[in-house]
Amino acid sequence: MSSVVTGRERLERYSLTGPENQAAVDAGLAGGAWFRSAVPRKRMKELMKRSDYPAVRDTIIWLGLILAFGGLGTTFWLVWHSWWAVPFFLAYGVLYGSTSDSRWHESGHGTAFKTRWIDEGLYQLASFMIMRDPTTWRWSHTRHHTDTLVVGRDPEIAVMRPARLAKLLVNYFGLVDVPVAFWLMFQHAAGRLTADEADYVPESERHRVYRTARVHLAVYAVTIGLAVGFGTWLPVVLIGGPALYGRYMLQVYGFTQHAGMGENVLDHRLNTRTVKMCALNRFLYWNMNYHVEHHMFPMVPYYRLPELHEEIKHDCAPVYPSLWAAYKEIIPAVLRQLRDQEYYVRRELLPGAAPFNEPTPLNDGRALPLPAETAA
Amino acid sequence: MPQWIAACEADDIDPEDVIPFEHDGSDYAIYRSPDDVYYATDGHCTHEKTLLCDGLVMGGVIECPKHNGRFDYTSGKALGAPVLTDVRTYPTKVLDGTVYIEVG
Repeated sequence: MSSVVTGRERLERYSLTGPENQAAVDAGLAGGAWFRSAVPRKRMKELMKRSDYPAVRDTIIWLGLILAFGGLGTTFWLVWHSWWAVPFFLAYGVLYGSTSDSRWHESGHGTAFKTRWIDEGLYQLASFMIMRDPTTWRWSHTRHHTDTLVVGRDPEIAVMRPARLAKLLVNYFGLVDVPVAFWLMFQHAAGRLTADEADYVPESERHRVYRTARVHLAVYAVTIGLAVGFGTWLPVVLIGGPALYGRYMLQVYGFTQHAGMGENVLDHRLNTRTVKMCALNRFLYWNMNYHVEHHMFPMVPYYRLPELHEEIKHDCAPVYPSLWAAYKEIIPAVLRQLRDQEYYVRRELLPGAAPFNEPTPLNDGRALPLPAETAA
Repeated sequence: MPQWIAACEADDIDPEDVIPFEHDGSDYAIYRSPDDVYYATDGHCTHEKTLLCDGLVMGGVIECPKHNGRFDYTSGKALGAPVLTDVRTYPTKVLDGTVYIEVG
């Protein structure tokens, strides 16, 4: 089999309706038993415990900053017609278009708040901001946790092997994801799911998808109507636009999670990174940088992940000390995978750590081979 | 044929917690509510067969440790995605400090 896979073959390989899905099921990778570090039940209960205070505080600060930057940008634009609006809109855009991803993520797990209606409210808001349907993405992320980076099963593999470099680069400004999001909204509003979505969204949940798409489209229609009616870009800069001009930090943070690491493994230490970040980045990313910990124990709220990290770090590879350190590994790995799809980053565990969970020879960090007729 | 099976000692479970119990090849989850009432359900989440005993008990709710699906463990009712199917419950009683569940 050739070591180079490109174009249509690559997309087929990662499709949830392609042959890799059944291959993963046959190999015992789908719904497999993942490694988890041993944490005493008493301690785990402490770490899982929910509280409204940290997330309410952080959400008030977050929404306050969004309103403040958006208000200042709007004021400079409308009152003084000044370019000083630009830096305020850039800050607004990153908060809206990038950090809504981590709010979407934590509230989607239901761990951010103790009070369910607050959690659900933030989930709906963040889903709108990040242009994701809250129902399809809830199920997509459920699958991502069941079959993390299992080819043909995980719908959230951001960096394929080989990577779709052009897509990844233009997506720093949402130039793929935003058009796709609108295409999906129209599909959903018309009462249709894609084939991949139909693989993981149960029938009984689909009516929510269709209803939400119609609501979201109505909001965007009003936004565009206001922009046209008043002859100004301002409504689009404030609503929807940040998913383009403010999206780049979502990509910067997001690629650290899994890019270049093992596929078809049953141990999150083989396919996931934990990266140390400064306090500002951890606030913006809501501690999603503790990603090995999150995947191993998804019930732990974001504000307890640093403590969980201390509990299990003896079982893990050394943490990446910074974003820069992570990217020094990610960029060469992704570039090398363009010509060598069997390459992946395999980290060394600390002495005394529990060994990697590799129950079968297939779990070697590589994509499963396609059947001969499709790989040719 | 239904039968009462001794599952654990009452003190084996902390208030607002859950422990596993295995009998005749089947897994069960035994709960102690915050007001010291005992309940029992099937041991696995109805979504993807994860053991509920590793989850978090919050009042009358058990949250699955894998995907955070929630059940009312007093009735077995599934409380929303990703759990859409109720979990089976079993009658319990406490006699002389021992928790019994009725299975079969």
